[in-house]
Amino acid sequence: MSADFLYTIEVILNGLMAGVLYALVALGFVLIFKASGIFNYAQGVMALFAALTLVGLQEGRVPFAHLINAVFGTHVHNFEWTLPALAAIILTVFVMILFAICVEKLILKHLVNQEPIILFMATIGLAYFMEGFGDLMWGSDVKKLNVGLPQGGSFWFEDLTIGWAAEGEKFYGMYVDVLDVWAAIIAVVLVLVLTIFSQYTKSGRALRAVADDHQAALSVGISLRMIWVLVWSISGFVALVAGMMWGAKSGVQFSLSLIALKALPVLMLGGFTSIPGAIVGGLIIGAGEKLFEFFVGGFIGGATENWFAYVLALLFLVFRPQGLFGEKIIERV
Amino acid sequence: MTYRKMILSAIAGMFLVSPVFAELVFPSLSYRTGPYGPNGIPFADGYEDYFTLVNQRDGGIGGEKVRVVKCETAYNTEKGVECYESTKGEGALLYQPLSTGITYQLIPKASADNIPVLSSGYGRTSAKNGKIFKWIFNFPGTYWDAASIATKHAMEMSGGSLDGKKIALVYHNSGYGKEPIRTLEELSKKHKFELMLLPVDHPGQEQKSQWLQIRRERPDYIFMWGWGVMNSVAIQEAANIRFPMENFIGVWWSGSENDVIPAGDAAHGYKSLAMHAPGDDFPVYDDMRKFVIDKGLGAGDGSNVGTVLYSRGMYAAILAVEGAKSAQAIHGVSKITPTMMRDGLEALEITEEKLASVGLAGFAPTFKASCENHGGVGAAAIQQWDAKKGTWSFITDYMTSDKSVIQPLIDADSAQFAAENNIKERCN
Repeated sequence: MSADFLYTIEVILNGLMAGVLYALVALGFVLIFKASGIFNYAQGVMALFAALTLVGLQEGRVPFAHLINAVFGTHVHNFEWTLPALAAIILTVFVMILFAICVEKLILKHLVNQEPIILFMATIGLAYFMEGFGDLMWGSDVKKLNVGLPQGGSFWFEDLTIGWAAEGEKFYGMYVDVLDVWAAIIAVVLVLVLTIFSQYTKSGRALRAVADDHQAALSVGISLRMIWVLVWSISGFVALVAGMMWGAKSGVQFSLSLIALKALPVLMLGGFTSIPGAIVGGLIIGAGEKLFEFFVGGFIGGATENWFAYVLALLFLVFRPQGLFGEKIIERV
Repeated sequence: MTYRKMILSAIAGMFLVSPVFAELVFPSLSYRTGPYGPNGIPFADGYEDYFTLVNQRDGGIGGEKVRVVKCETAYNTEKGVECYESTKGEGALLYQPLSTGITYQLIPKASADNIPVLSSGYGRTSAKNGKIFKWIFNFPGTYWDAASIATKHAMEMSGGSLDGKKIALVYHNSGYGKEPIRTLEELSKKHKFELMLLPVDHPGQEQKSQWLQIRRERPDYIFMWGWGVMNSVAIQEAANIRFPMENFIGVWWSGSENDVIPAGDAAHGYKSLAMHAPGDDFPVYDDMRKFVIDKGLGAGDGSNVGTVLYSRGMYAAILAVEGAKSAQAIHGVSKITPTMMRDGLEALEITEEKLASVGLAGFAPTFKASCENHGGVGAAAIQQWDAKKGTWSFITDYMTSDKSVIQPLIDADSAQFAAENNIKERCN
């Protein structure tokens, strides 16, 4: 095979894996939108907050240390213990559940029956609050995240593929990042777990009932408030997974919250209400933007990925305004 | 004028005029929020803490207390300009915006308002030409100096020649990141190396395409003009594709602890340019802790004292303070104006003795500014990261840039600016 062909395969492969990472972020949006019709602007910040909490717990950092030191003149920074990754992840899940309860009690409960735009604006406020709160709680320094996931190019895959090129071709074997492979596996497991949860558990069925028809669900005794806590908790868990994956690549810092920008074209393409849509949308955006950069980027100055993802999503919207898997909404006038 | 009007005028005069001349005002156009906040915070802390130290330890500059006026730019050019407009009326003596984008916007504004701007190691390179840019300074070095020095180091590593070699520039796709391209293009012609340009869009969280291209094309060296998360992701990606770290050289804004810590051991051996020494093994840091941090007067909690970006902010403040002292000496007054400050900066000479007197012997290169030269000597050293020790160390002495390439570019660019803005050369 020619090296160019193999490199194209490599680009598609890496694009698909980048797409899985985008899909992980998009999933959180979809879950909340599906269950409550809220576009959660704070999803990216939730990923940042979850990752900050995970590192903070793992390293035994004292929450609000800066504030405590400023008020009491102390110099506390760390407890005398650190936590293993798994324990820190479990505790972070509890923190995200607590966060979901707070969101429901302090924001959503007071906005029942309000227009979706009001709820959307509330999540904008929540995003800004959480940005500052996360900084205050865990500090704004760049943190290294290590949950034991392997990282770096796979030697095995490189060695396996290096012989695929025809003789004389300049080919160094295909590259895949082991962390991306793990992210893909985790995303598949996550989607399976979410599917099983929504299909075979009582809470999951209640969630689907609310997603299908709020009024009907309420009339059979499903608590909307419980569903909101549940869905924000699940979304918080998905945010934690996304924060872990992205944080392992770049360190945990503020820009982690901007990964939400990568999820928007995925949502536009896949639809706001479909879990498979988030996955397929992520894969299409990931592979599409990488291929465009590979074939066209060099001729137009490069750095095309950010805007091309939106162009691709818009192109799809021309033909399917509801996204690939979104529900067609017809509103009577 | 009635008696009442006189009283009102006097009161208005007390409020409006006196603050301008009562203190020496240095605005801090900082960014503590947004994606670049983790870098903006230590810089701003160092900048503000040094002024506090001067007030606490020395009683101010020449007996005049310093007042720092803070304004948050979030590394956003529009907000930076708003900050400039809202603070210049406070009697601002000097602006140091820590953003090439903001600096470009302030060049015409500050020049019209007669307020000096110092963009140490960033901003518009051709502002080095004091004959055209009367109010703008960029000592001790510029991006074009940095590009030349990085090339010089690569050449030394290649045994004195870059003929046939390939150098990739991975850069922040912004005015800042594009600044060295012109020089590198000239240097590639002179030294016969191939130049690959790889832009990375803000904020730089995802760079897979760029690093796959690097892996395919196998450059011999990579230079990086990054900022914020872009740096740490690039270093991690370089490690992932097993690019030799000693051949990966960042500009001085890609060489802080924030950039290497997220990659852990993988960042071992990564290099960057440095316009001042790393570490806190200088007497000034003892003073900083004694007079500022331990008294609870620090801008932050003191945990970043001695980090690269804290020291960079402190160095920026030192240049401002020394410029103010120079202005006071020239004009024989302690209450200086922005015009006097400009004169002070133009006559600034940083000597070994001066650095030693502020507790920083050997911290930065010595230089002398002049009417023609607002950019100083254009020197930088190469520092290398030791992941095991968690420290940066100098591996070269300060090197100077190739003026035979840079000076004609500066002359051409500044001449174009002069023609566009109808500016006549001075210093004749």
